[in-house]
Amino acid sequence: MTPLALAVMKSAQSSQFPIPQLVAPAGSLLALKTAIDKGADAVYLGLRNATNARNFGGLNFSEDEIAQGVAYARSRGREVLFAINTYPQAARAQEWRAAVDAAVRLGASAIILADPGLMAYARQRYPDVRLHLSVQGSATTVDAIELMREQFGIRRAVLPRVLTLAEIEKIVKQTEVEIEVFGFGSLCVMAEGRCLLSSYATGDSPNNRGVCSPAHAVRWDEREGTLQARLGGVMIDAYGPGEPAAYPTLCKGRFEVEGEIDYVLEEPTSLNAISLLPRLQAMGIAAIKIEGRQRSPNYVGQVVATLRAALDAANRDPSRYQPRQEWQVMLSRHAEGAQVTQGAFERPWR
Amino acid sequence: MNRFEISLAPLAYYWSKSATLEFYAEASQWPVDIIYLGEVVCGRRHNLRLEDWLGLAADLHATGKQVVLSTQTLIDSESDRRGMRRLIERALASGFLVEANDLSAVRALSGQKFVAGPHLNVYHAATHDWLAGLGACRFIPPVELAADDLAALLKTRSRSIQTELQVWGRMALAFSARCFTARHHRLRKDDCEFRCEAHAEGLLLSSREGQPFLNLNGIQTQSAGCLDLGRQLPQLAELGVTILRLQPQSQGMVQIVSIFDEARRSGAPAAVPSHLFPPGASRSNGYWFGEAGMRWQGECP
Repeated sequence: MTPLALAVMKSAQSSQFPIPQLVAPAGSLLALKTAIDKGADAVYLGLRNATNARNFGGLNFSEDEIAQGVAYARSRGREVLFAINTYPQAARAQEWRAAVDAAVRLGASAIILADPGLMAYARQRYPDVRLHLSVQGSATTVDAIELMREQFGIRRAVLPRVLTLAEIEKIVKQTEVEIEVFGFGSLCVMAEGRCLLSSYATGDSPNNRGVCSPAHAVRWDEREGTLQARLGGVMIDAYGPGEPAAYPTLCKGRFEVEGEIDYVLEEPTSLNAISLLPRLQAMGIAAIKIEGRQRSPNYVGQVVATLRAALDAANRDPSRYQPRQEWQVMLSRHAEGAQVTQGAFERPWR
Repeated sequence: MNRFEISLAPLAYYWSKSATLEFYAEASQWPVDIIYLGEVVCGRRHNLRLEDWLGLAADLHATGKQVVLSTQTLIDSESDRRGMRRLIERALASGFLVEANDLSAVRALSGQKFVAGPHLNVYHAATHDWLAGLGACRFIPPVELAADDLAALLKTRSRSIQTELQVWGRMALAFSARCFTARHHRLRKDDCEFRCEAHAEGLLLSSREGQPFLNLNGIQTQSAGCLDLGRQLPQLAELGVTILRLQPQSQGMVQIVSIFDEARRSGAPAAVPSHLFPPGASRSNGYWFGEAGMRWQGECP
């Protein structure tokens, strides 16, 4: 076989499925521009209110900033995905409908929604708008995804971080809806859209207020040399002198069960699927998402650049792909608790 | 004031077959109108197989109860998905209603009459109306929904279906691909030795200073606090709630049912005494007031 024929064959193999879109978080205009400059194909963002699942102080966009972001992305051939991925609250549902109107008006490439009632509004009002099902929509099966397609014509679904690669592959094969998975970032150990732990302790949850373990409910107490981290008054963890303290995210605390104190639900770790990129592409995953709209532009830039390089390398030569040492070092630096896991993809706990 | 119906939510724990059957044999004698049956937490639990649940459903139906079969809440494998579809097929063939606890079950049930379970995230009228349009004849709002939001939902909905509200018992707060009971016992999920069976009321999780906080039940995380909306019954009637949902527990259930039954007859609030609470549980009603769900507003009876 001639070198050219070989090259053609290889390229046919590797391009059986296109390279997944790299979807980056943006909590600010600076983060958005950084993500695009470093090679993201799309950024996702939200308004500065409870209509999106990262409703944190000092974060997110005004409509004017979104307009600037959309212009910046479009002029470089990239996309802006507009997240409205909390559940409309009954007495204020108009705010969520207004956010959909804003997304369309501002020229978002797609709207990421979790709630079927809001999907119905978006589809009816804007028959041509591209809809994505948010991870908060909790669609863990092909039936759930197909229901959203049949009912609202969704074009993409973001899968909750509870599925193994084998289960994801089965889903991809059975639907025309594009599948997006998380590739890097903080991990929810609970199925997204189905976790009320935060509101149990504080009143605010991802579903109802777009927050988890919100800062307003955090209190740090220093007592007899120990630093106690509290959420809604409940002690989530305590640290001795010199012990590094972490933000009291509820499910990542140390608790007592039958006399044993441990990380009962989850240790502070981050998801890192960089080793799996060729497999994700080979099974037809349409997009890889980076978690972290609450993180700094610096985080966004470095993680995007790393995943961009990795995705391109995996696409060029999937069979010989190996994550480079410096990529792993870079990602570890940005991982929570400086530990990484492949999470549900590989299920080490299975 | 309307006369509420009383329902028994699906059993969340993993009891032996004999304990489960005994519980429901007793329940057939209680003043409850509706009984939800089925395994809603973990696909590995098998003390009762589908045939057993269907048999039990037929027995309870024969005693005059309305029986509803409930689907698993978190379906994360092809085998769980097949199990869900089989349950729906068989339940419908036998003429039983089904409670859908995720969107895949909604798809399988759409066009039929079904119950929209508490994990479908019905926070506002449009989602309620969408489910009603697909065939839902009853819905159960999420436990975190506050009274004001429920009132707004019921006021703005354009279709009227039955409203059922959990008023008693530990609250299901989260579901995971991981099993926390197995993790606590240093076991793998696929080799869990079915340790849930040893914890008839789950495993209490406390803060490091001994405050009961959560309750582990396999892949489900419950509240340690016990939801008690007994004092709100008159308000629920006014809002249009028609079914009071009680969460089964291993001890004291007959007394709890009697207290709610008496309350619905007299139109008075229900006051359950402290000794009938699940082990380690305090009273919670914070969600109802738009506060942290674990909080309690009011005096203790």
